[in-house]
Amino acid sequence: MQDGTEIRRTEFLATDDLQTLLDELQSQGYRTVGPTIDQGAIIYDEIESVDDLPRGWTDRQEAGKYRLEERDDDAFFGYVVGPHSWKRFLFPAAVTVATAERTDQGWQMRTPDHDAPRYAFLGVRACELAAMRVQDRVFLEGAFVDPIYQQRRDRAFIVAVNCTQAAATCFCTSMNTGPRCNSGFDLALTEISGGFIIESGSDDGDDILERLPTQPAEDALLDQAESARQQAVDQITKKMDTDGIRDLLMQNLDHPRWDDVATRCLSCTNCTMVCPTCFCSSVSEVSDLTGDHVERQRQWDSCFNIDFSYMNGGVVRNGIRSRYRQWLTHKLATWHDQFDTSGCVGCGRCITWCPVEIDLTEEVAAIRQSTTDKAPERTDEDDAP
Amino acid sequence: MTSAAACSATDPWLAHSVTIDRVIPETPGVATYDFVFTDDNVGGRYSFLPGQFNMLYLPGVGEVAISISGNPADRSKLPHTIRVAGNVTQELARLGEGGSLGLRGPFGASWPLADCAGMDVVLVAGGIGLAPLRPAIYDLLANRDRYGRLTLLYGSRTPAGLLYTDEYEQWRARGLDIQTTVDRTTDHWKGNVGVVTTLLERLTLPRPENTALMTCGPEVMMWYTIQSARECGFRDDNLYVSLERNMNCAVGLCGHCQFGPEFICKDGPVFRYDRVTSILKVDDL
Repeated sequence: MQDGTEIRRTEFLATDDLQTLLDELQSQGYRTVGPTIDQGAIIYDEIESVDDLPRGWTDRQEAGKYRLEERDDDAFFGYVVGPHSWKRFLFPAAVTVATAERTDQGWQMRTPDHDAPRYAFLGVRACELAAMRVQDRVFLEGAFVDPIYQQRRDRAFIVAVNCTQAAATCFCTSMNTGPRCNSGFDLALTEISGGFIIESGSDDGDDILERLPTQPAEDALLDQAESARQQAVDQITKKMDTDGIRDLLMQNLDHPRWDDVATRCLSCTNCTMVCPTCFCSSVSEVSDLTGDHVERQRQWDSCFNIDFSYMNGGVVRNGIRSRYRQWLTHKLATWHDQFDTSGCVGCGRCITWCPVEIDLTEEVAAIRQSTTDKAPERTDEDDAP
Repeated sequence: MTSAAACSATDPWLAHSVTIDRVIPETPGVATYDFVFTDDNVGGRYSFLPGQFNMLYLPGVGEVAISISGNPADRSKLPHTIRVAGNVTQELARLGEGGSLGLRGPFGASWPLADCAGMDVVLVAGGIGLAPLRPAIYDLLANRDRYGRLTLLYGSRTPAGLLYTDEYEQWRARGLDIQTTVDRTTDHWKGNVGVVTTLLERLTLPRPENTALMTCGPEVMMWYTIQSARECGFRDDNLYVSLERNMNCAVGLCGHCQFGPEFICKDGPVFRYDRVTSILKVDDL
């Protein structure tokens, strides 16, 4: 899997041959993971065949709402994004990071031999490719590397899917992360009537593409794919103005909007759980009954949990105001300081899955609005004799 | 990050087995624990810089970040001065000498001693905040001729809370001016009473613009120390603070210790004041 992908080959794969892609990946030892319907939502799980895909279904999303609806066609990928993201496979929600055994010579600590599955992800959207690049920065590109993430990421084969429609919560175009999949995949699909335009973006992608019963991608088909992708662009209505957003937020840490959002936010952690880039975790001790064998289990945590900032008998971020502020300023502002990128990819999950319909783009807009409203006043004063 | 870390960059969760070699009671509720590595090879590789910390791991109980309080040049000892505060430190106190535990580290940024060559240096400590500064004292005194005037201003709630008092005489003899103060006096105390900033304000500073100040203690104490120092003519880029937040991974991967844009574990705990000026006084950050 390579970054800075250039599209190497473009072919057409008929709808009836989509199963051959899964077969090829499985025969090469990959565990195929893709979208499937569970409990009224499209989630990511291991799939055996194309019959597991949410064919003919779509998702309708807005702030605080997610509903599956039947489509009037048989599209495999005619939905946007659901509550899951691929981080659940690359950065597992619960994993043992170390073990300790009591011996005659005292405690002996080890890190387990991780032997992660080789996953093939089917249906990775452009915003999700961007989210992987964001987590790469966090887990792979600092002074310390997370060995669990690294192994899973290195082994993964990525089949991207270009969006052909957008949800009301999507704003990837504001974050420059989509909807077109330009890089970071092995193969990329664009669904059109009768099949898929399939592009390869790596050696591994070439190898698989080679084995598929593809046909030449005629110009008419390429045009169809282009207009399908354009449809997604045209449907994106949500915007976030990111101009100077780092300083905008960091210079407004005492803004009254934080008090306002604190009266609505339940601090439920949903936004952090569905976010494809949130990486906070906590390690807890899991002992057996003798207490001689201990596993150190890392679990996803959230800056919305009250004890997340517990220190020396007290909690640093005691109120929802400070916890929401931490989340939003980290995601959109200080992430730039830390990782030279925004922590937001514009997927809209935090908006959809917020039980009280908080929309981060509106929170940012409100803060921006109040500062631009003030600006003319200052000018007037400056100009006054 | 560190010099020769015993912690691997690709396996940050691996703790090394250590034994409590000695427990030295210091003040009420505070003791210094001296650790030795079970594996001599790990011990041989291990070195730290003044101001860095280790994660001490008690299997089944948890892990806690503790600054190293020993002499970086003395590889035979690895002391940590610890106040019993939570589950891990309580269990550590119960273990006593000979007890076994895990250690990961060293982590974090160190006091910028090399950058202070030729300058006067003022150390300002509050309570157990002297522990992370003691390695700096050892290092400054080991290289005494590199620095101008060296001063330690140390405040404690009570006289009984002053750490390392049996070393003061030796430190003074080697060229460290030490002044102490307490918040609440007891019968036999004949020294200063009041906050540590009053010591700083009273200090004769021949060249404040060429004096470095390093402070460690409660955040509010450090804040007022910094304000006093600025009024005394210190430059912002010569002021250093050691900050504290909840640590879990210690390597910038878990998110817990964030303080605005900073990860205390890897960007700090020692920060130059002008780097954190804008966020130091933001409530609940």
